[in-house]
Amino acid sequence: MTSDVNVPTQADLPSLPRDEDGPVFDEPWQAQAFAMTVWLHEQGHFTWPEWAEHLGAEIAAAVGEGDPDLGDTYYLHWLKALETLVAEKGLLTAGALADRKEAWDRAAHATPHGQPIVLPPDA
Amino acid sequence: MADHTEHPEHSHLSDTDLRVRALESLLTEKGLVDGEALNAIVDTYENKVGPRNGARVVARAWVDSEYRAWLLRDGTAAIDSLGYASTQGADIVVLENTAEVHNMTVCTLCSCYPWPVLGLPPALYKSFPYRSRAVKDPRGVLREFGQDIPEDVEVRVWDSTSEVRYLVLPERPAGTEGLDEEALAELVTRNSMIGTDRLKGNNG
Repeated sequence: MTSDVNVPTQADLPSLPRDEDGPVFDEPWQAQAFAMTVWLHEQGHFTWPEWAEHLGAEIAAAVGEGDPDLGDTYYLHWLKALETLVAEKGLLTAGALADRKEAWDRAAHATPHGQPIVLPPDA
Repeated sequence: MADHTEHPEHSHLSDTDLRVRALESLLTEKGLVDGEALNAIVDTYENKVGPRNGARVVARAWVDSEYRAWLLRDGTAAIDSLGYASTQGADIVVLENTAEVHNMTVCTLCSCYPWPVLGLPPALYKSFPYRSRAVKDPRGVLREFGQDIPEDVEVRVWDSTSEVRYLVLPERPAGTEGLDEEALAELVTRNSMIGTDRLKGNNG
């Protein structure tokens, strides 16, 4: 092998995260949900088949409830599967997640439009 | 408090955004994730993995017959040898398209996908109608992608699982004899490696 594989760097792809088939993530939260899952898996908190099973179950349930599943809801299923799996694995409780979600909502309401939203220290 | 005369607006986060923030902030506090690591993962998958890794695997197989034989025999090892290790513990099986056989891949269960070589799944792969129709009527789906597969070419559909992912090795287009490996990799599209596209030669 004369040269190492030439992986493109960010400098080669300066614009939006897009390849010839469209954007990779539609919204930042999708990227965050994706990355958390990959990281927790890499850290050994669950196996990939376990993850695939949870994601598959969420998708199947949504389709059963009438979601036409056109791809636009994929990361919503992903997020729900992740919430379920972290609770099952005892990493977080569903209650803690719900409380923290409320805290973020209050923080958003208390933040003037256009300013960064931060959680108060006692959240 | 900010001035409320013009825009009496506070911030609003969508329900989904709130859920993601709740997860991330709690997991961070417990030391289970950290922002730097998450950013690195996003950057890797958005900018570095993409379908280019797969394209380089395909181009290598086109120019190096020994590599090609290895790739078809043991796709996981041959792909790992180029530095694209699977992080998901799934084997990658490479399917060779020929004049007689056209392969396409799908996952009817949960959009399993060979990320290490193809990056993140395209929207169509996440779509239930695509997944189910690809199995029932592959020629019809291919026609919608502008690929009229001749009747004498057999179409094979491969359903991925969480343990096995598939990568299609497309046929090398005609008229590319003079191209080097890097130029060849430029010709390979993601959809050709899923099997919804066939590559056209430079000379038509």
